Amino acid sequence: MTTLSDPPRGAFRLSMLINDTRYRSYTFQFIALVIVIAIFGYLGSNLMANLRAAGLNISYGFLGQSSNYDINQTLIEYSSRSTHWRAAMVGILNTMLVAFLACITATIIGVLAGVLRLSPNWIVRKLMAGYVEAFRNVPVLIWIIIIFTIMTAVLPAPNAFRGDNPTASMLFGAFAFTNRGLYLPAPVWGPGSLIVALVFVASIIGVFVYRRYATKLLYDTGKLLPMGWPSLVILFVPTLLVFFVLGRPISLDYPELKGFNFQGGIQVLGSLIALWWALAIYTGAFIAENVRAGIQSVSKGQAEAAASLGMRPNRIMNLVVLPQALRVIIPPLISNYLNITKNSSLAIVVGYMDITGTLGGITLNQTGRAIEAILLLMLFYLLISLAISGLMNVYNNAVRLKER
Amino acid sequence: MKKSVILGTLTVAGLAAGAAGAATLDDVKARGKLNCGVVTGLVGFGAPDANGEWQGFDVGVCRAIAAAVLGDPTAVEFIPTTAKTRFTALASGEIDVLARNTTWTFSRDVDLKFDFVGVNYYDGQGYMVPKALGVSSAKELDGATVCIQTGTTTELNLADYFRKNNMSYQPVPIETNAEAQQQYLAGACDVYTTDASGLAATRAAFENPGDHVVLPEIISKEPLGPLVRHGDNDWGDVVRWTFYALVAAEEYGITSANIEELSAGTDNPEINRILGTEDNLGAMLGLDAGWAKNAIAAGGNYGELFEKNIGENTPIGLSRGLNAQWTDGGLMYAPPFR
Amino acid sequence: MSDTHQQSIGYVRDSMLPETAPPLGEAGAIKWARANLFSSVANGILTLVALFTIYLLISAVLPWILNGIWEAPSIRACREILDGATGGCFAVLTERWNQLLFGFKYPSDIYWRPTLAFVLLFVAIAPVLFRKVFPAQMLVFTALYPFVAYYLIWGGSILIPIFALLGFVVGYLVYSRFVAQSFAAGFFGGIVAALLFWYVTGFLPVEGILALEEVPSRDMGGFMLNLILGTVCVSLSIPFGIALALGRQSDMPIIKWICVVFIEFIRGVPLITLLFVANVVLAYFLPPGTNFDLILRVIIMITMFASAYIAEVIRGGLAALPNGQYEAGDSLGLDYAQKMRLIILPQALKISIPGIVNVAVGLFKDTTLVSVISMFDLVGMIRGPILASTEWNGVYWELLSFAALLFFVVCYGISQYSQWLERELQTDHR
Repeated sequence: MTTLSDPPRGAFRLSMLINDTRYRSYTFQFIALVIVIAIFGYLGSNLMANLRAAGLNISYGFLGQSSNYDINQTLIEYSSRSTHWRAAMVGILNTMLVAFLACITATIIGVLAGVLRLSPNWIVRKLMAGYVEAFRNVPVLIWIIIIFTIMTAVLPAPNAFRGDNPTASMLFGAFAFTNRGLYLPAPVWGPGSLIVALVFVASIIGVFVYRRYATKLLYDTGKLLPMGWPSLVILFVPTLLVFFVLGRPISLDYPELKGFNFQGGIQVLGSLIALWWALAIYTGAFIAENVRAGIQSVSKGQAEAAASLGMRPNRIMNLVVLPQALRVIIPPLISNYLNITKNSSLAIVVGYMDITGTLGGITLNQTGRAIEAILLLMLFYLLISLAISGLMNVYNNAVRLKER
Repeated sequence: MKKSVILGTLTVAGLAAGAAGAATLDDVKARGKLNCGVVTGLVGFGAPDANGEWQGFDVGVCRAIAAAVLGDPTAVEFIPTTAKTRFTALASGEIDVLARNTTWTFSRDVDLKFDFVGVNYYDGQGYMVPKALGVSSAKELDGATVCIQTGTTTELNLADYFRKNNMSYQPVPIETNAEAQQQYLAGACDVYTTDASGLAATRAAFENPGDHVVLPEIISKEPLGPLVRHGDNDWGDVVRWTFYALVAAEEYGITSANIEELSAGTDNPEINRILGTEDNLGAMLGLDAGWAKNAIAAGGNYGELFEKNIGENTPIGLSRGLNAQWTDGGLMYAPPFR
Repeated sequence: MSDTHQQSIGYVRDSMLPETAPPLGEAGAIKWARANLFSSVANGILTLVALFTIYLLISAVLPWILNGIWEAPSIRACREILDGATGGCFAVLTERWNQLLFGFKYPSDIYWRPTLAFVLLFVAIAPVLFRKVFPAQMLVFTALYPFVAYYLIWGGSILIPIFALLGFVVGYLVYSRFVAQSFAAGFFGGIVAALLFWYVTGFLPVEGILALEEVPSRDMGGFMLNLILGTVCVSLSIPFGIALALGRQSDMPIIKWICVVFIEFIRGVPLITLLFVANVVLAYFLPPGTNFDLILRVIIMITMFASAYIAEVIRGGLAALPNGQYEAGDSLGLDYAQKMRLIILPQALKISIPGIVNVAVGLFKDTTLVSVISMFDLVGMIRGPILASTEWNGVYWELLSFAALLFFVVCYGISQYSQWLERELQTDHR
């Protein structure tokens, strides 16, 4: 059979490279490869010529030099004597921090808004539609600037907390909302605090064990144990007991107005808050649309079937609709996370020192090593993106409908 | 529209082949326009006014160079650059000269391969605080929150100063001067630091300038000046001597008011040489004999430029200080024209 | 029977009662409110919270707008007029209106040209957007529009856009002459012919023939710059996006990998870093002495950025087509180019249109990022020259809300269109 359908194998002629479909693809690929190499060669030779003409060179030596500038938020130890490389690391961690916070907040906002957009309540529905449209149709840059302006222009300066008749006061005497950021109490770990922490971790495990036991009991015997309040009891009571028995080893360090600023406690920078919330609210609008689409993708019959089984609306949502909707929601959700990470590079507008601000900003300006710095910057974002999309593929494979 | 871009690209690529390798002076003459890199907006030094005309001290230097080379002070293309883009713009040839209050430092001169042709403003970094804070010296700023414009030498000076005095501070880096003002006025930072001239300009724009004081400490030397690419010495000479012509003009009393009268010929050979009525200095630079005359006529001599843009009668109100002529105890000193 | 009944039994009603209105609680606004707003306690609380939020928003914004000052030379004069009352200083908008829309360097006596180009944009785009309403002949104007717009906005000799147009005509003629033999021959022949034509006409003297005043692209600014960047980059990126998508679907491994690497690289980095490249680095990669305008460099980078995203949208469209379409094409004996051109792409592109529109909206919003690299687009004008000026130092809300409003109007309009189109396409697809 095969011998019949195979065309006769003639001798190879040069014209077959163009006319014969078996060989033509090689020709095209060869041409494409040559063009790509030519383009890169051309750009590279231009680069070399330009650098030679300007007397410059490509060198990453600047990364080892002392940076000589300070950064206002450092998650790892850093001073102006540290190297540029260290400054870049600080920037990377700051990028991760703001992206992480914004992703979580955006998810919460987005899910809430998405569910509320389908609420039977007309006015809430319209309000949420207004939120989604307002944020989806205005550039994120403008939102970042607006929220940053709100932060700096509306919130009081630390000065306002001063004097006999302060115009602003701290919330519960512990939280201070200022235009330099939020000051909150920091825990002070005294002796014995380790035990408290361990007990708390053990309680968390205990809660999971209890819930698993309750579920098993329900499936085996049909006996329904209460879930809510026992979990809370297991979570808090032992920890609190130990805490008081040991004589309150963990205390709080309250922020206090001293000199120019609040001292003590934890300061969350104003620029971090502005960027975090701008990204969260902006992306939340996109997530809300995904959530709505996901929920609507679950056919109505599923919810009706669950209702006819006598399930309550909350349970229908949690047990029937959401698990099915998640398959539709998660992939765009992850690409929204990716967008948050990439949009966090706009930190430069509010003066938050992320990687674009340190490596792509001050370091670049001080050393003048534009090519090297921007190359590293792109490499970093590329790695993050590849990591996140790798995760997405793993997830997609895991939740793919198992068709039997 | 898309097609036109393709065409534009093609034409540009076609032009490029011919233009490569020529010297800057010839480029500028062939183009008929000077590409001058300026600040994106700092009142007094370089900012577009309500009609979109660029005004300012650095802008005046650009116009003088254009007048010297091309005979027309308006033949300038002002290219706004940020702290980040200014050096690449110059290195890549996008601009011919950078007049953007840029500090002359060793690494910029040597490592980045630029030539600073002179100093048109001797500056230093200072601090501005609200009067209500009751601070009278920078030594009292321990623990303060400080607003800085990123991408300048001010960040480095600030870090050095606080480290030297063993004080702590919190930097708030900000992109543009306008945003720095906003932050400072809202109290998001206690102190605003930048070059003293910039502080004066910023303070002048406030609603109540009297509520703010500039602290007496000047923590750094900031010689600001125009710069060109390293290696093109002919072009560097043109820019250098155009600038010195402005300085010398003030010294010898040549102003935009009396320049016509003086160029008819005077008893002072130095003035005659500058104005091109004796010895053709312009030809040595590859310019007309009247190059310096044009440069001075463009916006006046150094003193006139100063008074018009940043002097005591302007809202910025800077006194001459170090920038007075050497005859008045300042540092402005033009080498002899001969 | 009935008669007797009627007469004999007095309590039987002999006529229908008129319908009474439903009880007050079950009709009209109240019923609607009960069903929609207060169906349960939780819902009631939500309603109250929502109403309160709306009240807060309105009470903050309304007096600010109603009390706004529209005529004042500076913020100080404006504050004097307000005299402590709440109100916006919208005078900055009237005062700097032209700067906000056109930037501060576009010559003011020829504002009519970009305005006319903007109006014509609607005429050009209408037959594309609403195929059923407008006659197909109008597409001729759409094809001419890029050249007209270039002539209007940039000015210069009319011969430049005409030659550009003729180049395309020449390319098309060559293409249609050879396409019957082989698509590749026609396609590449057309490109070569067009390039050759442009190269030759490049030597002709064109200056001053029916010339409008020339405006260098460096002088573009304000909202006009956003619109130019948006339209140019989107329309340029569609052909590149199609090519990339086809390349990524291709069987040829090298071509496939080139496309994959390009797409994933561009999609993996933020636009701002690409703009940094355009601004700071790209000049090093061009031949020594070349000088691209910043706006041209930015257009190149944004177009690359947009093509990668559009390629992914179109790939989605290609993947959504049932395999039978490909097989049908093969079984008809069509070659690759014919199959794609006649069967696959028309359908795939139709499915992808809503996605492309979404990318376009996102891209248009992202054009504001050019303000970070010292270009004076709408946001750049606000952050730079206007807020830095002594007169208007401190009018944030008025300017920012104006910018937000402009973008909202455009983007909301486009996304409404996209949703309409999605519905329209759905009916004839399923």
